[in-house]
Amino acid sequence: MSALFLTQTAAQTAAQAADTVSTGEAIAFWILGPLALAGALGMLFARNAVHSALWLALTMLNLGVIYMVQQAPFLGFVQIIVYTGAIMMLFLFVLMLVGRDSSDSVVEVLRGQRLAAIVFGVGFAGLVVSAVARALTNVTSVGLAKQNTVNGGNVANIGTSLFTDFLFPFELTSALLITAAIGAMVLGFSDRNAKGVKKTQRELVEERFQGNRPSPLPGPGVFATANSVATPALLPDGSIAPESLSELIESTAKESLADDLAEVSGTADGPDAHALSGTKEDLA
Amino acid sequence: MKTTAELIADDPLWLSIIKVVAIFAFGVVMTLFMIWLERRVVGRMQHRPGPNRVGPFGLLQSLADGLKLAFKEDIRPVVADKWVYFLAPIISAIPAFLAFSVIPFGPDVTMFGHHTALQLVDLPVGVLVILACSSLGVYGIVLSGWASGSPYPLLGSLRSAAQVISYEIAMGLSIVGVILRSHSLSTSDIVNAQEGGWYFWLLPVSFVVYAISMVGETNRAPFDLPEAESELVGGFHTEYSSLKFALFFLAEYVNMVVVSALATTLFLGGWRAPWPLSAIDGGVLNTGWWPILWFVGKTFFFLFVFVWLRGTLPRLRYDQFMRLGWKVLVPVSLVWIVLIAASNALWNTPGVTTGQRLIFFGVGIVVLLVFALLLPDKRVADDEEFVPVTGSGYPLPPLDLSVPKSPPRRRLPAAPEPAEREMEPAAVAAADKETGDGSL
Repeated sequence: MSALFLTQTAAQTAAQAADTVSTGEAIAFWILGPLALAGALGMLFARNAVHSALWLALTMLNLGVIYMVQQAPFLGFVQIIVYTGAIMMLFLFVLMLVGRDSSDSVVEVLRGQRLAAIVFGVGFAGLVVSAVARALTNVTSVGLAKQNTVNGGNVANIGTSLFTDFLFPFELTSALLITAAIGAMVLGFSDRNAKGVKKTQRELVEERFQGNRPSPLPGPGVFATANSVATPALLPDGSIAPESLSELIESTAKESLADDLAEVSGTADGPDAHALSGTKEDLA
Repeated sequence: MKTTAELIADDPLWLSIIKVVAIFAFGVVMTLFMIWLERRVVGRMQHRPGPNRVGPFGLLQSLADGLKLAFKEDIRPVVADKWVYFLAPIISAIPAFLAFSVIPFGPDVTMFGHHTALQLVDLPVGVLVILACSSLGVYGIVLSGWASGSPYPLLGSLRSAAQVISYEIAMGLSIVGVILRSHSLSTSDIVNAQEGGWYFWLLPVSFVVYAISMVGETNRAPFDLPEAESELVGGFHTEYSSLKFALFFLAEYVNMVVVSALATTLFLGGWRAPWPLSAIDGGVLNTGWWPILWFVGKTFFFLFVFVWLRGTLPRLRYDQFMRLGWKVLVPVSLVWIVLIAASNALWNTPGVTTGQRLIFFGVGIVVLLVFALLLPDKRVADDEEFVPVTGSGYPLPPLDLSVPKSPPRRRLPAAPEPAEREMEPAAVAAADKETGDGSL
């Protein structure tokens, strides 16, 4: 990678004829281009949502490096910091919170979704093709070599354009982003002190003592051989404590608890609980 | 006189390769050395010797540990995501080394007959390279936690993602101060701009914010929540073993060295000799190979502070940690940037006298004061029977709680306890007991 930077710096300082593609740039393109394409395809076809996000990160990373090779180092690194570093990270964050095993549902909830997708997809492809075609035929490329040497270089020039010619769009974008952030906060923020949102510990304690069961619920599997949440607790008479059953998790079938039930109720063969010696097999 | 970028651009390929190898070796050796140093220094702080068996002063201990790690069984959990689990340690280690490429270790030197600078590349966006590398390094941590397929690593990785993103903002804002002052993003230009004065005293607020956020950024104590042993077993690398674990360890220590080296570059004048030395013989100590000594020395100062913090401070609670990042560091940095920009604008405008500048700042301070006075005070509890409560709603015992004397029949008649002992509040007695336990 450093060799690329070196060729690029050399290109900047020498300010060579800008619209020729140097060997280094060509090599970089033929490595990065297929990788970016592979990332895009991988994103489309990966079954797992996190894998999809990772493929997309690969594409963004490659785009960033392509920008750097094309004499736009600031844009390239900002692409990596902002898109790969921050935005994709937020995507990953959400995907992880959702859960690793949740796969996308194949049921269509929006009617006519496929048709709309096809129409918009073809339209977008047409736009891209015509734009690229125009860029390849009607526009003579000049490159950034000249821009990167005047007025303090690449970074200073971007700063000047942002804060003079493009100040209004820039501020407009930031206003949009702030609105979005505040909107998300308003939607996501729940007032702790509002009634009926989340009870404090004190309220929970009072509620419990004024209710009909001050003691904690029986833990799962306390009297059985397992402490899994799926295993219900057994009462001293061998019956299942209904409070120990989870509402969310399917409990173990009662048949598989037969041994535990027998043991607790004292009908199992084996030594008496007060016996000093073990069974005959143990002694033998 | 060529600029650093032009000097480096003239490097032949073999010289670049030598530099790359040197930087890699520097990272690895520093990691081995730092692990030893950390264990020795923390040992000293805790009145114990630390590793002292392998090699002189135990110096080869980390090498031995590294060899042992390589021969351990490489375990992959059944539920782990195969490829991501494999990639995560690599993703976390590579960017750590990449960030070294823009650090200026020294000025122009002659290496094997070539005039060059002690720096691998000098980009016009050098500082951004380091930020980009650190933001890529987070992927390693986050993916390792997710791919392990168990809850503790996942929690650790989620914490880490939130933590590094939050502290990267504070870090970026503190760097903005430096950029406003040096008018360049290139690391070598920033070092050159500090010829007249190092930025740690010219930009004290930026320096403090950077110093705090660099600890948060590297997941080190007291901000080591992603691997908090007492809460998350080992955090994001709980399920890792053998060389993959070693890669995480390597990445953590190389990251420490990188942020320390960046702190040196941005705030401590980079490779420049400290003041009394820099005046010797017209600055001869700022030329040739000498600067590497100053640079490494300053880097070691920061690395020592890392160890010192770990030996001193307890781990923060997660909400306290986030509050510090978002409600203290970020706003302070923003206000500081506005101040720097305003002073820059005042000093660069021709025709403004010193008196006018002072008046301008005076007006600013008065406005701030008025604003501060207009802010409503925190609501004071006027309730006479107000009982302070903890966060969970339970009443707090008063600070001056006096514990009643223990009844006389409990006392042994043979050895009556001294009177002061009985008057001692319960809290102090408990604290005494705890320090006693802690020395075990």
